[in-house]
Amino acid sequence: MFKRTFAGVALALAATAFIPVQAANEQYFPLQSYRVGPYAAGGTGFFGGFIDYLKYVNANGGVNGVKLTWSECETEYVVEKGVECYERLKKGLNGAPAAATNPLSVGIAYATLDRSTADKLPLITINHGRTDSTDGSVFPYVFPLQLNPYSEVSAIVNWIGEQSGGAAQLKGKKIVTLYHGSPYGKETNEVLQVLADKYGFELTLIEVPHPGNEQQSQWLNIRRLKPDWVILRGWGVMNPVALKTAQKVGFPANRIIGNIWSNSEEDAAPAGAAAKGFISITTHPSGTGFPVLQGIKAQVVDKGEGDLADPKRFGTVYYNLGVVNGILNVEALRIAQEKFGQQPLTGEQVRWGFENLRLDDARLEALGAKGLVQPLQLSCADHEGGGAVRFQHWDGEKWNLISDWVQADRALLRPIIEASARKYAEEKGITPRDCSKEG
Amino acid sequence: MEFFFEVLIGGLLAGVMYSLVAIGFVLIYKASGVFNFAQGAMVLFAALTFVSLLERGVPFWAAFAVTLALMVALALLIERAVLRPLVNRSPITLFMATLGLSYVIEGAAQALWGAQVHGLELGISDEPLELGGLLLSQFDLFAAATAAVLVIALSLLFNRTRIGLALRAVADDPLAAQAVGVRLQRVWAVVWAVAGFVGLVAGLLWGARLGVQFSLSLVVLKALPVLIIGGFTSVSGAIVGGLLVGASEKLAEVYLGPWIGGGLENWFPYVLALLFLLVRPAGLFGERAIERV
Repeated sequence: MFKRTFAGVALALAATAFIPVQAANEQYFPLQSYRVGPYAAGGTGFFGGFIDYLKYVNANGGVNGVKLTWSECETEYVVEKGVECYERLKKGLNGAPAAATNPLSVGIAYATLDRSTADKLPLITINHGRTDSTDGSVFPYVFPLQLNPYSEVSAIVNWIGEQSGGAAQLKGKKIVTLYHGSPYGKETNEVLQVLADKYGFELTLIEVPHPGNEQQSQWLNIRRLKPDWVILRGWGVMNPVALKTAQKVGFPANRIIGNIWSNSEEDAAPAGAAAKGFISITTHPSGTGFPVLQGIKAQVVDKGEGDLADPKRFGTVYYNLGVVNGILNVEALRIAQEKFGQQPLTGEQVRWGFENLRLDDARLEALGAKGLVQPLQLSCADHEGGGAVRFQHWDGEKWNLISDWVQADRALLRPIIEASARKYAEEKGITPRDCSKEG
Repeated sequence: MEFFFEVLIGGLLAGVMYSLVAIGFVLIYKASGVFNFAQGAMVLFAALTFVSLLERGVPFWAAFAVTLALMVALALLIERAVLRPLVNRSPITLFMATLGLSYVIEGAAQALWGAQVHGLELGISDEPLELGGLLLSQFDLFAAATAAVLVIALSLLFNRTRIGLALRAVADDPLAAQAVGVRLQRVWAVVWAVAGFVGLVAGLLWGARLGVQFSLSLVVLKALPVLIIGGFTSVSGAIVGGLLVGASEKLAEVYLGPWIGGGLENWFPYVLALLFLLVRPAGLFGERAIERV
């Protein structure tokens, strides 16, 4: 009797093992997130916003009926773990194909760049990553959405020009860039020199070694140089320490402009009174007033389904960046569905969606994200799409916007980007795509 | 010349901040021969606990007392759960145990209090103060005074109390100390508790400077060359080592940086430490190890 039962169970198990997993009507987002470790504050905010937006879309029926699903793999912002997570998650989940990866880490993005291309899975590096990956003819699967590092500094210089009474007034100005001692920090040094040569300002580059928890000598040097502006290209602890040390040597916070990774509440608030007056750029203003944020609040957060452990972080800079990232991923999916059908799509099909991403004011209005997301238009040749920033000012408690969108000088930057991409293609033996034939 | 002195004095004051962390290492190494890699994690745990209590409305001194009590409890737990079972094991085993401990404490701190960055105001202004034409930080001067008080208190503890005598006996010869009735476990628990207190003080000062966040555990990287230069067994050595490291790294950054590239502040103290290892392996104030062979 026991033998018969055992044989029956074994047969049943064997039979189920050969039944293919029924692909659900779901699209999968593999999340290489980081919720512990030195950069957990950024990770929990960004992935919290991203996940809450995906929940919000699901609460409204998904993307044309296709539900969004996701799973997380903890990277701790460590490159090896990020690669391990990539390999583990890239195949999809329970039959739902992976749409794109969003590691929010320059190191992990660099380490998975070639794999993403080989696996035909879009790699999204919103507001960061390799500048030359803007050139989609060489980097078909990499998308530094909204803002690449060159655009970032170009927009800052343009704004300084505006504040000085026009670009011509930049001549003779002194600008110091205080940068993080890492590939990320050094990424813009070359283009800053190009801008200095073009506009005639005097540029001084000062490095802060990682992690940046001691900056006395750098700021004493800055005080000696008496610059008109300091561009702070920081990350993590380097930002509040820069503001505190600036105060210590008597340099005013309202002459310091934080870059896109020096612009969160976590960068300014720990510096206390020293941060008051600090200016930074943003592509994703903080605040809860945007209709899309109100929708998330009503349909996700208020129902106790929000991802943030601390609900006070709702609407903060990192959270809103996660929401923006969610909007861009979902819109790419929606556009790809228009071409490939209202069903779960492969990474290659979603890549087409990213390349054809168009977000004009009307669409942003419909999404409830006007003012939160800049108008974007991507193409085969242009994987950035925007290149504009807004400026905000820290009043000691919160960020306040002080400018409309300020555009980078993309015409000036494009030849530099193309030259760098061509060099990369030669090194890697890549034949660039002919974008005129892409549709 | 004025600029030179500003850099020099700023460096000396920054060095005192490194010394505060280094003292915690010295205490434990002196009493047990263990290089406690978890000291940075203890600094993080203490600061995170303190600031989290403060944000929940607990008054300053009550938060300080509760955090201190938690640090003492943590010390007792470490002694009971980690050190006691590993007694008489090789130093590398104990070192590896503290390495593991640092990850456990870091993880526990974030699990308990979250990963958010917190600002910490101790009520000490960081506005620059002009003294004799030089701009000095009020906060750094306060930190230096705190370190001085700490060194005096620890010297009194070591030299004027019975527990201090027991500590010195264990440091000198653990077996002989045990033979005359000194209870090793008790000494270790006391030392770890005092190191926890030092970690709390260092955590508050560093936390006020950096914000209370995970990077606090990385300040140990600044303490290592301080220990090599000052010696692993001397509290005064930790202070002198800190001053040397602070002053030399700042001067090197400002005056050598333009010639050999910026960002040398991180590795220059280690060059200095390597030179000391070649010339004076026990450091300036460390005890030379004499072994029968």
